[in-house]
Amino acid sequence: MSTTALRTPDATTLATVTLGRRRRNRRRLVVLSVLSVLIVVMVAVSLMVGRTFYPPMDVLRVIMGQEVQGASFTVGRLRLPRTVMAVLAGACFGLGGVTFQTMLRNPLASPDIIGISTGASTAAAFAIITLGLSGTGVSAFAIGAGLGVAMLVYLLAYKDGVSGIRLILIGIGIAAMMQSATSYVLSTAGQWDLQEALRWLTGSLNGMRWPSVVLVAVIMILFVPLLSVVAKDLNMLQLGDDTASALGVRVDRTRLLVVIAAVGLIAFATSATGPIAFLAFLAGPIAVRLVGPGSSMLLPAALVGALLVLIADFCGQYALGTRFPVGVVTGVLGAPYLIYLIIRTNRTGGAL
Amino acid sequence: MTTEHLLKAENLSLGYKERTVIEGLELTVTPGKVTAIVGANACGKSTLLRSMSRLLSPRKGQVLLDGKEVHKTAAKELARTLGLLPQSPIAPEGITVTDLVGRGRHPHQGVFSRWSAQDDAAVASALEATHTVELADRAVDELSGGQRQRVWIAMALAQETDLLLLDEPTTFLDVQHQVEVLDLLTDLNRSRGTTVVMVLHDLNLAARYCDQLIAIADGKVHAAGDPADVLTEDMVRAVFGLDSKVITDPTSGGPLMLPIGRHHMVASAAGELPEHRS
Repeated sequence: MSTTALRTPDATTLATVTLGRRRRNRRRLVVLSVLSVLIVVMVAVSLMVGRTFYPPMDVLRVIMGQEVQGASFTVGRLRLPRTVMAVLAGACFGLGGVTFQTMLRNPLASPDIIGISTGASTAAAFAIITLGLSGTGVSAFAIGAGLGVAMLVYLLAYKDGVSGIRLILIGIGIAAMMQSATSYVLSTAGQWDLQEALRWLTGSLNGMRWPSVVLVAVIMILFVPLLSVVAKDLNMLQLGDDTASALGVRVDRTRLLVVIAAVGLIAFATSATGPIAFLAFLAGPIAVRLVGPGSSMLLPAALVGALLVLIADFCGQYALGTRFPVGVVTGVLGAPYLIYLIIRTNRTGGAL
Repeated sequence: MTTEHLLKAENLSLGYKERTVIEGLELTVTPGKVTAIVGANACGKSTLLRSMSRLLSPRKGQVLLDGKEVHKTAAKELARTLGLLPQSPIAPEGITVTDLVGRGRHPHQGVFSRWSAQDDAAVASALEATHTVELADRAVDELSGGQRQRVWIAMALAQETDLLLLDEPTTFLDVQHQVEVLDLLTDLNRSRGTTVVMVLHDLNLAARYCDQLIAIADGKVHAAGDPADVLTEDMVRAVFGLDSKVITDPTSGGPLMLPIGRHHMVASAAGELPEHRS
């Protein structure tokens, strides 16, 4: 009967579908491999190159734990934690950003635009400068504030469901408020804290120490698996809430899990490096343009984020006469892109 | 042949906040047939469809699929039997037709399961059934309205459900594309035995393309049954508040409703106006 005829597709159609899918998968794989290779190269460059150059063998020996004259301090104590943090923080910001952008179907909805990173950084600055805390206390403040701002923005934007645009506008307002709070806190700090203060304005990897690196790594071990479990469901949210539910996605639960994971990653990374400007916002859209739309953007955005921070930090340190914090470089890259996106979104109402 | 599933609403009440839209509604969808739901704007047609597919919890009463409450069925499990195409689904920017249709496979996949040959086959057969094979590698946002609607239906087909609910699948389409979509759904019903339930705007197309016509008014089923019995001048007046003349459609043999307005009426039609309008 014709039922079977419809169920079994033509061989050529099947080939079209299979080949098209394989082609897009291949592109994804190639892009992911290239990004990974570039990250490894940039990590190697960051460890070797600096005011003093250390050959690869010296760097490897330091990583293996051997004592090398000069390199043990410069590479082991200064460059290594800084470089590892660049990769981890970049991945955290990339993941957190693309998660929000996918969930709210809007590239402007990244945590650094809607105030979540700003909230975390304000709290961290407050904890350090006003309360004189350090370490875990600062992180606790940052994640609390990150979650608090996320909830506040969500609640204020809630009116018969959440509309992306309303949430973004409210988020931008909250972000501006948080920014002025940060400025106030910084104005009460001593002049000698200027370098440290910059971290809370634009983000910086200066003076990175192992304890912060380890903390961010642990957080990633907790939240990244959670995010990858809901990755498919998150992707389905792009079709709209109704379509996603009709396809068996538990929309509310997915959204809750995803927000917790994304805010967790962003807040802990922010408490370590400050809000690296525009990073969460840039990584996702760049990843989509590289990989092509359709598949999950989590891994590509994490890799793009890590690579961006590595490159921006390297440029900030050595490309110009003065040493700039990493956020200054990403900020210079991000601002024009933000303007471009606003203009384009206004024209087409585009998604990610 | 697909197994026939029985979808029923019992004493169903639905609403948003203070507003009650549907109250005490009783409805049985004839298995293996095409059902069309009609009614005036904001009468709760879409609300009813959303509730029947688990998107909206009832205030009272229940929706039963094969005797089991849909709101207590696991989301993915239900999505393998019952599909819904909402009125305005959103296509992610730049997504290709094949990828979008592939999203319909979601309820059949596990969290980490890889894409299977069966998934490819389902996508390919959905493309064939909707005549969208030649669009396979195009981006959805480049397509015309009619093509896009066929692609969305293909996505719902790739879901391989025995029941398919569609919310106004012909809105925003030119008349030829409306007919094309309805023909397509009829093919699907006849060849796969899929039970189709659709909310439609156009009474005449609804009457022509369905086996069971359901008219909703005042939050209840006003009339349900064979289109020839349901689409009457009395029903149109009660449900839509419109005077009309129902004749036999010379092309299909079914009922055809001709609205009677205040202008452009020939004397004979105007003469048939009920007392209160003249």
